[in-house]
Amino acid sequence: MDEIAVLGVGMHPWGKWGRNFVDYGVHAARGAIADAGVEWRDVGFVSGAITVRCGYPGYVAGSTFARALGFTGAQVASSYSACASGATALSVARGQILSGACEVALVVGADTTPKGFLAPNEGRRTDDTDWLRFHLVGATNPVYFALHARRRMALHGATPADFAAVKAKNSRHGVHNSNARFAKEFSVEDVANSPVVSDPLRLLEICATSDGGAAVVVASMDYARRLGVTDPVRVAGISLVTPTYPDTVIDLPYLATDSAAAAEPPDLSFKDSIGARVYEEAGIGPEDVDLAEVYDLSSALELDWYEHLGLCEVGEAESLLRSGATSIGGRIPVNASGGLGAFGEAVPAQAIAQVCELTWQLSGRAGKRQVEGARVGVTANQGLFGNGSSVLLRR
Amino acid sequence: MTDTAPTKARVPAVEGLFTMDDPPHLIGGRLSETGGYCFPKDLGGSDPAASGGEVDEVLLSRTGLIWSFTNSAYPPPQPFVVNEPYEPVTVAAVELEEERMVILGQVHPDWSVADLEVGMAVELVLGTLYEDDDHEYLTWQWRPVHVEEGS
Repeated sequence: MDEIAVLGVGMHPWGKWGRNFVDYGVHAARGAIADAGVEWRDVGFVSGAITVRCGYPGYVAGSTFARALGFTGAQVASSYSACASGATALSVARGQILSGACEVALVVGADTTPKGFLAPNEGRRTDDTDWLRFHLVGATNPVYFALHARRRMALHGATPADFAAVKAKNSRHGVHNSNARFAKEFSVEDVANSPVVSDPLRLLEICATSDGGAAVVVASMDYARRLGVTDPVRVAGISLVTPTYPDTVIDLPYLATDSAAAAEPPDLSFKDSIGARVYEEAGIGPEDVDLAEVYDLSSALELDWYEHLGLCEVGEAESLLRSGATSIGGRIPVNASGGLGAFGEAVPAQAIAQVCELTWQLSGRAGKRQVEGARVGVTANQGLFGNGSSVLLRR
Repeated sequence: MTDTAPTKARVPAVEGLFTMDDPPHLIGGRLSETGGYCFPKDLGGSDPAASGGEVDEVLLSRTGLIWSFTNSAYPPPQPFVVNEPYEPVTVAAVELEEERMVILGQVHPDWSVADLEVGMAVELVLGTLYEDDDHEYLTWQWRPVHVEEGS
């Protein structure tokens, strides 16, 4: 797959600011444009990641942000794939650049989130599995996170202390990130003293919902060269895969898995296939990766991602964690940014924020959380209803 | 809050997902061409090998093994209807052997997470999700069973 250059990145700090999501997106976009050293008028395409919680302006995020930055006639598109929206928006921008439709694109997502559980749309919608799981089962998102955590305990001997150690690690990383919402170091004991949300997961292990924004400016490699950027961070792969039938792992928002009665499950599970695709595009393997940003919706899910991304064998995530390999300074740091544990979730911004972090890391600009010598980074993420998301960056 | 009616009408909280028989069954689908199952019948994923997309209605196995389980210590948001005072809802994902699929459901309120294990045998029952003056609205629940003898 041909590569594109990341010219600049920007974020609005995550928090509970209560302002219009457009403010966060514009702040992040201006930061990315300045970081790129281009003019807003040079941006030929705006790829917005949609928020579904902020009314109509959120549904047309691309043009909403473009207007707020000042309409220039640039082309726009808006993408939604739940938590994967940012990666989808990046992929749309890559397609525009590689097709020659534009040279420079802005990818931006931002959200203003309500307090508490994310819940489905209003109304009695019995033909919507997202509505049914709340109404008939009371299956919130943390219920699904906890089902996977419990399954890890039964299958691989994970303990609540392992899950808490993930949170503690990510909080240690997050204190060095001024864009993180929770700039506080939590201990394993702090986690153990927080209330249970969905057994075995506790409040400090479930990601919060946050306000925030993130943006990247990407361009063709030719454009980067003409700008004098000879060694940019490059997007070497993007994975937006869906599952392959039958997907036999229960996941939100479904009431049931597919059935393997008439067709054997694929060799790679859905989450395994997300990483496999991005490595294939980049023509490298997990052994080449220096750091990863993964979707720790819960502390326990981070352990699953170690295996899905091939950072270790199945069943070895706990020993990888305990060895310190996934801490900054270790062999393969994971969530050097602090992850969702330190940020909380701002759905359309999160996958873009992962790209921001890797760009800072690969260009040696991550300050006290810098992963020394990092040249290759991978993200992993997943939107409900079968939206895979992974981006591979290298320098 | 007094209820003068001797019995309330028992109705499914959502029609078409389970039978009201004793014992009850979940109403699933079976792809006509390939034989794969889905639940709910009209909201399951399809097999790409089943080009026609026709789904027959079938009753699913009413016993299975716990794949995993948890609870919701805090009241879930709407459209879940919270009964006050809220008691944590226990949830299990249960693997059906014949259908080779996992189905989510509440666990009967007599059991909590402390009573459950991955691999435990459970059966399908009906339980009250919420009530109003005239109706009990039912949903399916999983309830542990003792290991059956033989096959």
